Amino acid sequence: MKYAFYPGCVAKGGAPELYDSTLAVAAAIGLELVELTGAACTGAGVLSERNPELADTLNARTLAMAEKEGLPLMNICSTCHGVFSQANARLKKDPEYRARVNQHLAPEGLQYSGTTEVKHMLWVLMEDVGPEKLKSLVTNPLGDLKAAPFYGCYIVRPSWVLGYDIKPERKHYLEDLIAILGAEPVEYQGATKCCGFPILTMNRTNSLTMTGTHVSEATEKGADCMVTPCPLCHLNLDGGQVEAAGVVKKHLALPVLHLPQMVGLALGIPRDKLGLRKNLVDTGPVLEKVLGVNR
Amino acid sequence: MEAKVRVARYDPDGNRDHHFDEYTVQLAENAMVLDALIDIRENVDETLSVRCSCRSAICGSCAMRVNGKATLVCNTPMSRVAPNGEQITVEPMGNMPVLKDLVVDLEVFWNKVKAITPWIQPEGPKPEREYIVADEHMQNLINTVQCILCGACVSDCTVLEVDPSFMGPAALAKAYRFAADPRDGHKQERLELYSQASGMWDCTHCFQCVEVCPKGVAPMDWILELRREAEAAGLKDHNGVRHSESLAHSVKESGWLDEAKLAMDSYGKFSDKLKLVPVGVRTILKGKMPKTGPFHHKRPGAEHVTRIFEELEGKHS
Repeated sequence: MKYAFYPGCVAKGGAPELYDSTLAVAAAIGLELVELTGAACTGAGVLSERNPELADTLNARTLAMAEKEGLPLMNICSTCHGVFSQANARLKKDPEYRARVNQHLAPEGLQYSGTTEVKHMLWVLMEDVGPEKLKSLVTNPLGDLKAAPFYGCYIVRPSWVLGYDIKPERKHYLEDLIAILGAEPVEYQGATKCCGFPILTMNRTNSLTMTGTHVSEATEKGADCMVTPCPLCHLNLDGGQVEAAGVVKKHLALPVLHLPQMVGLALGIPRDKLGLRKNLVDTGPVLEKVLGVNR
Repeated sequence: MEAKVRVARYDPDGNRDHHFDEYTVQLAENAMVLDALIDIRENVDETLSVRCSCRSAICGSCAMRVNGKATLVCNTPMSRVAPNGEQITVEPMGNMPVLKDLVVDLEVFWNKVKAITPWIQPEGPKPEREYIVADEHMQNLINTVQCILCGACVSDCTVLEVDPSFMGPAALAKAYRFAADPRDGHKQERLELYSQASGMWDCTHCFQCVEVCPKGVAPMDWILELRREAEAAGLKDHNGVRHSESLAHSVKESGWLDEAKLAMDSYGKFSDKLKLVPVGVRTILKGKMPKTGPFHHKRPGAEHVTRIFEELEGKHS
């Protein structure tokens, strides 16, 4: 299985542990990744807000790079995934629009004809690798670890752009994956809600209240950790957890794993390769529960 | 078909707190969720309160949550929400106080709509007959005009869950409808009002309102359009504008995000920038270092990203 790999900005910047754990898991599973090193930021929805055609053009450029490689595009960020999916839907649907966008790609020798398939790593694991192969690769079942899934808005809504009408099982991939890895998914209301990150600088109190509410609810439901396929959610849930605790006036200390960090633990990948020391909330309790060791 | 329905119950005059009752009724194959609720009320439990009227997805009376998602129950087929005869859960809308069972108090909703001045305020001499506007000037208002004020978007808004003062998706979509109407003479004042605290910049882009709107209004899209209008009108002294400008500048110049700079640029006040210090210190102590080194650099091919920006900046389709 070979993919054009789009790591996004955060995995190369503020969350290097996501990049490292992704490569480690891909190698363990046998995913061949061709990184698109020249691809631009998706704009994270903000650029689409400022100038939709500009954002679509930049994303068409990345989709064209994958198309040129003849590969589906694998990303590791719910937000990037949603932005790509939305742009792709518009570009596929409207040939005239695509032609207009392509005029701006031509000077670079690129053209997008609308064939690239966009897949988040979560979908790659559940649809391309598949539950059976994943199960066979689990050498270190996560035992009685209770993990609260946190999807990130852009990988769940709008559902019709993300193919949930055709594949309704996508609604519970994260819970399914947690179970495949031997852990127990925690059911709570926050799983598909907003983490608050997009408005952190606009309304810090609301943003951190969202984070604090979800983390505390997951904790109250017995979660040992959260797991998210979105590094932007991770920035708030993990990076902002201390401040969120202050806003919701609760003690919070819930480790938040990136998706490939949790998969990597179950696949027996050495924890140093998963960057677990770089998460801001101490992941020691998870390691203790899964491996019987703290560090 | 056999319909199994779990219904949220609450009677302010009763002895029991919020609870659920379960019912099973026989319905036609093409029945809607509302048919099940009416059947329960008429034939099984006359104490159940349900608000409905047109049964044609026009009046907006019957919005409630089915399996956790706001919808008009009059056009939600049982076969869609329970394709294999599963039990469904019906609850009143969220973000509004419950009066009884599935009926909520919409006063909060209406107050938000009223607060955006939902009528046209023309300026200048009145025409002899009606105000005439060109068709193309009304095209972008079609979606917002289709709002039937059912409240589904407000019910599931993730911001209202944590901050009841937020203007909310229905009112802000309506706000765009009037701010962008060529007959209105108070666009600038409107944009200033909608830019204030609890206004357009508090939306998180979570797509909940887009997902649940039964009429395809997509309120979030119009909130974002309001932001573009506000920025174009010179209302730039907001962290939202600074964030957006910094992100665009970073991508334009280097092809990707300079996260640290983006965070610093977004805050207008120095005292707010200081709030970044603790998380910055924690990040450094954890040894987090960008894969590309400590200094932000251009991605390969960044010159093409810059060129695309130059070709398309200022162009808004």
